[in-house]
Amino acid sequence: MLRFIVRRLIQSIPLLFLISAILFVILNNIGDPLATLGGRQRTSAAERDRLERQLGLDQPIHMQYIFWLIGNDWFQFDSDGDGVGDRYGTRRGILRGDLGSSFRERRPVSDVISDRLPPTLLLMGTAYVFTIIMALGVGIYSALRPYSRADNVITALSFILYSMPIFWIALSLLWIFAVTFKQAGLPYLPTVGMYEPGQPVTVAQVARHMVLPVLSLSLISIAGYSRYVRSGMLEVINSDYIRTAYAKGLSGRRVLYRHALKNASLPLVTLIGLDIPFLLGGAVVTEQIFSWPGMGQLFINALDGADFPVLMGLLMLIALLVVIFQILTDVVYALIDPRIRL
Amino acid sequence: MAASQRSIDDVVNLQQHDSLVMPRTLAGLAWMRFRRHRMAMVGLIMLGLLIAYIVIGSLVFTEAFANFNNTRIRVQPPSLEHPFGTDEIGRSILARTIYGGQISLIIALLSVLLSITIGTAIGVIAGYYGKLADSVLMRFTEAVLSLPTLLLLLVMAKFFGGRVPDLALLGRTFSGSVIVIILIIGFTSWTYLARLVRSSYLTLKEQDFVLAARALGASDRQIVLRHILPNAMAPILVAATLGIANAILQEAYISFLGLGVQAPTATWGSMMQGATGAITRGQWWLWFFPGLLIVLTVLGINFLGDGLRDALDPRSQRG
Repeated sequence: MLRFIVRRLIQSIPLLFLISAILFVILNNIGDPLATLGGRQRTSAAERDRLERQLGLDQPIHMQYIFWLIGNDWFQFDSDGDGVGDRYGTRRGILRGDLGSSFRERRPVSDVISDRLPPTLLLMGTAYVFTIIMALGVGIYSALRPYSRADNVITALSFILYSMPIFWIALSLLWIFAVTFKQAGLPYLPTVGMYEPGQPVTVAQVARHMVLPVLSLSLISIAGYSRYVRSGMLEVINSDYIRTAYAKGLSGRRVLYRHALKNASLPLVTLIGLDIPFLLGGAVVTEQIFSWPGMGQLFINALDGADFPVLMGLLMLIALLVVIFQILTDVVYALIDPRIRL
Repeated sequence: MAASQRSIDDVVNLQQHDSLVMPRTLAGLAWMRFRRHRMAMVGLIMLGLLIAYIVIGSLVFTEAFANFNNTRIRVQPPSLEHPFGTDEIGRSILARTIYGGQISLIIALLSVLLSITIGTAIGVIAGYYGKLADSVLMRFTEAVLSLPTLLLLLVMAKFFGGRVPDLALLGRTFSGSVIVIILIIGFTSWTYLARLVRSSYLTLKEQDFVLAARALGASDRQIVLRHILPNAMAPILVAATLGIANAILQEAYISFLGLGVQAPTATWGSMMQGATGAITRGQWWLWFFPGLLIVLTVLGINFLGDGLRDALDPRSQRG
C-alpha cells in the first residue's frame, strides 16, 4: 500500500511539471496585467517600464518560469533600468512554498486564495453532502421499483435536469423563490451574497443565503449520481449473495443497507473521489450569479485583470488536488473492496 | 395468447419470407434497434422540430431584423407582435433565438468535428504505434484532464479572444469570436475520445483480421484507416453525438460569463449574458426562451445518443 502511494506520487511529479509549463505559457499571453494597474489613468510608458521591472515581466518567459518555480533570491535584478543588475529578488518560488504575489492586490497569492477558500468550501461541501444523500435516496428508491411509473418519472426528470445549463437552473430558482415569492407576499429567499451587509452575521442568515446556490449546484449532480446508484443497486440486488442474505432470515432493511448498498456504492466512491477536486472550480457560474465571495469569483476577477500569479496558483492547486484525490480514490477503493490489492 | 396461435404459421411464413429478402446488414440491424428505441425516436423528432424552427424561422425573419434595435420598445413582455418579448435594446427575442440557434448549432457541430479529429488522431497514434508516442500523448491527455474543463475553456477564451478577425461567409458576417469558441471547445474536449479510441486500437490491433491484412501486405496506414477504424467507429459516433450536446452547453457557459460570442452575433448562451440583472426586475422572458431552447436541444441529443449507443452496441448496458 505504502509503496503504491509513493510510486504514484513520484509518477505525478512530471505530470505536474508538464501542466505548470503549459499553463505558464498560456497564462502569460492572456492579456496585459498592467493595463488596469494605473487605475483610471492610462499607464504611461515610463511607469510601464518601472512596473514591468518591478514585477519581473521584463525577463524572458523561461526565466519567469524558473523564478516562479524556484524563486529569484539568487538573481540580481536591474531595478533602476540602467541595464546593470543591482538588487536580489525576494521571491522563493512555488517549490519552496511561495506562490508569488497578486498583481492586482499586491499581496501574496496564498493570502488571496485562503481568503476565498472558506466560502467555497462551505458552499461546495454542503452542496456535495446534499447531493450524495439525495442521490443515494433517489437511486435506491427507483432501484427498488424498476420500470414502475415512479421510476420512469425519475428517469425522465434526470434526463431533463442533466440537459440543463446550471445557470438556467439558478436563474429559474431565483425567479421562483426570490422574485415571485416576494411579489406574492410569501417568505422569500435572498438573491445575492453570503449575508446581509451591515447586519451581524449569524448561522441562520448564512444558511438562508445558501439555500438557492446549494440547490442549483446539486440538482444536476443528483440527476447524474442517482443513475449510478440505481444501476449499481439493480445489478447487485439480483445476485446470489443477496438471496442468501434473505434466506438467512435477515430483515429487508438490513439486507438492503448492509449487504446490497455496500457493493452498489463502489462506483459512486470512484465518482466522488474524482469529482471532489473539480468542485473548487465548479462553482464559477453559480458564484457569479449569486455573488458568492469564493474561489470561482476570484478566478473570474483574476482572469479579467490578467493576474496570472493568482490564476497559476488556483489552477495548480486544483491540479495538485486532482492528483492527490486520484491516489486517495484508489486507496479507499482498495480498503472497502478486499478483492482489490494495491 | 395471440403469440402461440400464430407461431407455426409465422415460422413458415418467416422462412419463406426470409429466403426472398436480402440478409440484413449490420447498419440495417442497428437502424432496426434504433427505431425500436422510443426515447431515441422522441429525440430525433425533437431535433427535427428544432432544426425546422431555426431554418423556417430564418426565412420569415431576416438577420437584419434580428439585430435591429428599437429602444422605444425595449424590454417588452411577450405579446402578439413579439411572442418572446424584446430585449434591453428592443430587439425581438424570437428572431434572435432563431439566428442565435443557428450559431449555437454551427459552433457545436464544428467544434465536435475538430475534437473528434484531434481525439481520434491522438488515440490512433497512441494506441496503434504505442511506445514513446503513447506515453507522451497519454501524459499530455492526463495533463488536460487534470484541470476543470470550464476553467480551461475560460483561460483559452481569454487567450484567443480578439486575435481572430471577423469572417464573411455566404453573405453573412461571423464574429471572430465564433471561430475562437469553435477552436477552444475543440481543443479541450478531445480527451475522453482519445482514451476511448486508444483502448479500442489496443485491443483491435492484436486481432486476427489485422494479422491477415498485414500478411497480405497492407501498409500501416491502410491497416489503421481501412481495417481498424471501421471497427472502432461505433463508440466514436456515440461520443460525437453526445459531444454535440456538451459543446452546446459549454458554449452557453462561456458566453453567459461574457467571454464567448460577442454582439451583435447572438447565440443562445450570449443572449442570457445580462440575465442575472434582469431577474430582480422580473424580466423573465430575457433568459427563459434561449435557455428553454438549449434544454430542448441538449435533451433531444442526449436521447438520440442514448438510442445510438444501444443500437450500435447491443452488449452495452444501460445506466
